[in-house]
Amino acid sequence: MRIVVPIKQVPETDQVRMDPETGTMIRRGLSAIINPLDLYALEAALQLKESHGGAITAISMGPRLAEHALREALALGCDQAVLISDRKFAGSDTWATSYTLAQAIQKLQPVDLIICGERATDGDTGQVGPGIASFLDLPLATYVDRFVEFSPGSLRVRRMVENGGEILWMKLPGVLTVVKDIAHPRFPTLLSKLQSKKAQLIHWTAADLALDEDALGLSGSPTRVVKIEKSKLSRQGEIIQAFSPEDIDRAANRIIEYLQTLHFIDERAGKTP
Amino acid sequence: MTWHDIWTLAEVKSGKLHDVSYELLAWGRSLADARGCQLCSVVLADEIDDTELTHLFKYGADVVYVLTDPHLSHFLVEPFTKALVHLIERYRPEVFLAAATTTGRTLMPYVAVKVHAGLTADCTGLQIDPHTGNLLQTRPAIGGNIMATIKTPEARPQMATVRPKSIRLNHEQNHTDGMIIHVDSPGKLATDRMRFEAFIPDATEEVAIEEADVIVSGGYGMQTPANFQWLSRLAEPLNGTVGVSRAAVERGWKPYSRQVGLSGKTVAPKLYIACGISGAVQHLAGMQTSENIIAINLDPNAQIFQVADLGIVGDVFEVLPALVYKLENNQRKVESE
Repeated sequence: MRIVVPIKQVPETDQVRMDPETGTMIRRGLSAIINPLDLYALEAALQLKESHGGAITAISMGPRLAEHALREALALGCDQAVLISDRKFAGSDTWATSYTLAQAIQKLQPVDLIICGERATDGDTGQVGPGIASFLDLPLATYVDRFVEFSPGSLRVRRMVENGGEILWMKLPGVLTVVKDIAHPRFPTLLSKLQSKKAQLIHWTAADLALDEDALGLSGSPTRVVKIEKSKLSRQGEIIQAFSPEDIDRAANRIIEYLQTLHFIDERAGKTP
Repeated sequence: MTWHDIWTLAEVKSGKLHDVSYELLAWGRSLADARGCQLCSVVLADEIDDTELTHLFKYGADVVYVLTDPHLSHFLVEPFTKALVHLIERYRPEVFLAAATTTGRTLMPYVAVKVHAGLTADCTGLQIDPHTGNLLQTRPAIGGNIMATIKTPEARPQMATVRPKSIRLNHEQNHTDGMIIHVDSPGKLATDRMRFEAFIPDATEEVAIEEADVIVSGGYGMQTPANFQWLSRLAEPLNGTVGVSRAAVERGWKPYSRQVGLSGKTVAPKLYIACGISGAVQHLAGMQTSENIIAINLDPNAQIFQVADLGIVGDVFEVLPALVYKLENNQRKVESE
């Protein structure tokens, strides 16, 4: 079985602090990492490979820097890593990104299964996984949180939806996007990390892929960013210290008053004894 | 034929319209008024009564396009895409909105590729540009730290998913009638590549966090899973539900389905109460657009206080019980009156 896992390199947003003045992220000293939600897709692929055999290709579209993410994928146990990089891809929105990745995956055929993370933590759209499925005209199950059954040529999965789960049967080849519950990501071993540093990556440019030039990058993207603003983060909140018993009582009463003013509780329930 | 009208995608469960269908109409109504066009709701289902459909008029729809087919009984991306592509190509909507639910977030990107449309995810603001008539779509990105405004200058339709609960329902007393157009199915919608086999409801009776009006969340500061009972007790009189931070999910205290944050769910309830949550960027990203935020935390420098409307600096195990007992006592009094 051949599995492809598209991954993205994103800025590390986990350890950052917020600048209280501007409400923006303090990005100093931040390293670029594999999109954390892609680690679950990689782990799901690795576990399928371990129990059913096969090979995994990690693929990323991005600048040279994305090599780091791909090497990490190799260190985790992927068999092959492909970086597709070209100035022509710059400014791609999710439509153009899905198109480019789909064309690259086409070049890797035959592929049985494509496993994507739910979304990337920077762009946060979750549109590229479904977009790839649509370009390749493959069946798609999103928000998968469990493999129920695997048999040659088909897959039964659980899909997490609002208030429950759906059991879906899918004929392969197909595309999945997975959520965190699918598996616990492993850590690479020191040895595999060292080996991955020396591993050969496959580099493709636009010229290596059968691409419609009009569908690439900014000019191939239907959407345009008009403006970007810092989001208003800080609220002029009221702060109450509550350490002494009297202050704790006062704080609880203030919360009740607040809830009452906004009609979250019955006005009479707001009466304090 | 030029592209015209604002469309919204209704969601149907067991013959009933889901609330997000009406929320989308609230967004769509102001866009249709600004654009001077009709607001249309699209309903895909295996079957649905016309009387149920008339609710859509009360929330602002002028026209309802309904396409029924036995293969639309449960959401599967391929039959739903075939039906929508058929409708889009036939009627050519200028704008097409869906809710950012598991259905909308799956279906819209699949459809957008097929019809070569621009699609913006998870919008929290929509407007018509008065000069060009384009749809201006505002959405949080980079963990909610920036707001990006996006347009689709040429491709049509202009498609967007809209975050549930990001607008008040717009129940119009005098808007009670409209046109229902039954559209025939475009041939075979069946797929042999995928099957819906079962729905397993969550064991808990708790409301899904993305649908709740009130969320009481706990984090690492709650210390043990047993302590979450305090959150449930606070949530109860508020008709709320319990959410958790990533730290609590990673310790196995609560399931991932209840995680708020960048790597969990993005929520925007009317009220968010954060208990023992320090407010890492990753968590703030998932809740900072809540209408009202109350935070209780021991650390006065916790970042959660930067987004709180009301912040209590104190021990959550002292403040929370005091609050819960007061609420429960008062509740009993009200009931015995």
